[in-house]
Amino acid sequence: MIKRAKRSIIISLTALLANKGRSFLTMLGIIIGVGAVIIIMAVGAGAQSLILAQVASLGTNLIGILPGGSDEAGPPSSMMGIVITTLTYEDAMALKDKNNAPNIIDVVAYSKGVGTVSWRSNSYDTNLSGCSSGFLVVEDGEIANGRFFNEPEERSLARVVVLGHTVKQELFGDSEAVGQRVKIKKHMFEVIGVMKERGTVAMQDYDDQVFLPIKTMQKQLEGVNHLGMIRVKVDNESNVEQTIIDIKATLREQHDIADQSGKNDDFTVRSAAEALDMITTVTDALKYFLAAMAALSLIVGGIGIMNIMLMSVTERTREIGLRKAVGANNANIMSQFLLEAIVVTLLGGIIGIIGGSIVAFVIAYGARFLGYDWAFIISPLSVIVAVFVSSLVGLVFGLYPALKASRLEPVAALRYE
Amino acid sequence: MLIKVEDLKKEYETGEVVTKVLHGLSFGIQAGEFVAIMGPSGSGKSTLMHILGLLERATSGHYAFGGQDVTELSDDELARWRNKKIGFVFQSFNLLKRTTVLENVKLPLTYAKNKEDINESARKVLASVGLSHRLNYYTNQISGGEKQRVAIARALVNQPAIIFADEPTGNLDSKSGVQVMEILQRLNMAGNTIVLVTHETYTSEHAKRIIQIKDGYITDDYPVAKRRLAHDGELLK
Repeated sequence: MIKRAKRSIIISLTALLANKGRSFLTMLGIIIGVGAVIIIMAVGAGAQSLILAQVASLGTNLIGILPGGSDEAGPPSSMMGIVITTLTYEDAMALKDKNNAPNIIDVVAYSKGVGTVSWRSNSYDTNLSGCSSGFLVVEDGEIANGRFFNEPEERSLARVVVLGHTVKQELFGDSEAVGQRVKIKKHMFEVIGVMKERGTVAMQDYDDQVFLPIKTMQKQLEGVNHLGMIRVKVDNESNVEQTIIDIKATLREQHDIADQSGKNDDFTVRSAAEALDMITTVTDALKYFLAAMAALSLIVGGIGIMNIMLMSVTERTREIGLRKAVGANNANIMSQFLLEAIVVTLLGGIIGIIGGSIVAFVIAYGARFLGYDWAFIISPLSVIVAVFVSSLVGLVFGLYPALKASRLEPVAALRYE
Repeated sequence: MLIKVEDLKKEYETGEVVTKVLHGLSFGIQAGEFVAIMGPSGSGKSTLMHILGLLERATSGHYAFGGQDVTELSDDELARWRNKKIGFVFQSFNLLKRTTVLENVKLPLTYAKNKEDINESARKVLASVGLSHRLNYYTNQISGGEKQRVAIARALVNQPAIIFADEPTGNLDSKSGVQVMEILQRLNMAGNTIVLVTHETYTSEHAKRIIQIKDGYITDDYPVAKRRLAHDGELLK
């Protein structure tokens, strides 16, 4: 049996080597298809690792509270840009109370917007981040110059502002910013501090922002009473779960929600770990969708193989007749052509894996060169799947031509001109 | 009796039209004979050879090969019989392209069940047709005469009971044709049974016996009185 298989493989390899050019052209569709799948899987995994690393770098002992309820797994609707006004400054203050949530170190409440900041003749469009004084603790913010605003300023509608690194550079260049007065939406603010350069973390550019006391932002710039988000820092990662329960209980009391099941909650509490899970789910779906699209090209490649195999059967009709005349039976001919198709696709698959890996490596190398912490990931699964699928394509699309070849009458095949 | 046919008939159906090619032929061929089946084109001689060579089946009649009825054999069994007992030489050589001489000769052995040393057997028969110096040449690198000798070697490699040669000199110049006929005659002298199919009287006279066919009937069957002996001084020196 093994001897027979070996012999069949030798026969098909000989036939393939006898037609190198055509064999390569046949392979091309599979090479491109498999290569595309490998590249997309690798680039997807690299991008995913980049995003996850960024989110994780925020700290896994953070909990975010967003307005509006949500399903356990899905994102809250406030993430889709719908404005929900259920979260207030008082909620944030309640969470800060150790009696409600003993493990919370600090709380930061956010109300965000965009606007133009100007100083003398310079102006710059940036993100306005109204936040409470807990920012420095919760987000690990560091001051380069001056100071951050404190809790009295946060409550007293103080017109003070702390600039992100980029904003400071855009408006002031190298000159001193602290003590100067900048204009935001027709109001004058005193610059009391400048943040250290931090870069982009979790898709948020910390440098391209100005930080204002939350109340000032709400009352004087936006004219609203609600928060966009609350973020809290927990003393220890192991206390995150208990703290989520505490937060939910506190907010239900604040909002007069009697139902403890969570069905009527008008807020959503998510830990960083849950956010990671959610991002993974979303990016996984995206990755597999793209890979599936690329896999479609394998079907196209398979049809190409069927075409060329059919052509090959016609072209080699006399050869088939001769082989039958010297003793090949239908099964011999069938297995020869089927094996040829499988060998072609398998070889194409292997070349595609190697080529795709090289391209993925170049992409990863380029991304690292540009300063991203990009991992070069070729999952063994995608390689195994690629090998399996390309052989399967050969088997499926080689079947019909092989069947056609095996059914040729020897005499008719020998007479074929 | 190596081959015995009785009332052998063959008809082809193409749609409504039935074409009768062979009208009930009966004859026998002994082991060791050199028979020429001769007739003009369209006489049915090729069809007869294909049936005798187990490449296609008769519509009716009896056919016994080596004493065994072969009309009831399955396709796979026919393939095995062709492989073990029959060798073919065709007018157009039918060698595999882009393949070496040695590989071509080995081909029947790759379909055989029990084989000892494939390479050794193939080399031996190639030596017997004077092609030892061409083993690793590709089939497009050798002359027509050499191609036909490769085909003869391929027909011989399984040590068949009978060799069918269908117009073996049809595509060759006269010198190469003489060489091929000489090899066939020599093989016959060594004990091989040979059936030569041709439309030329001249070629048929190299055989020992001629069966003449016309319009699907045997019109004559006689021993060759003055047999031609092919001899080419250059071959197999």
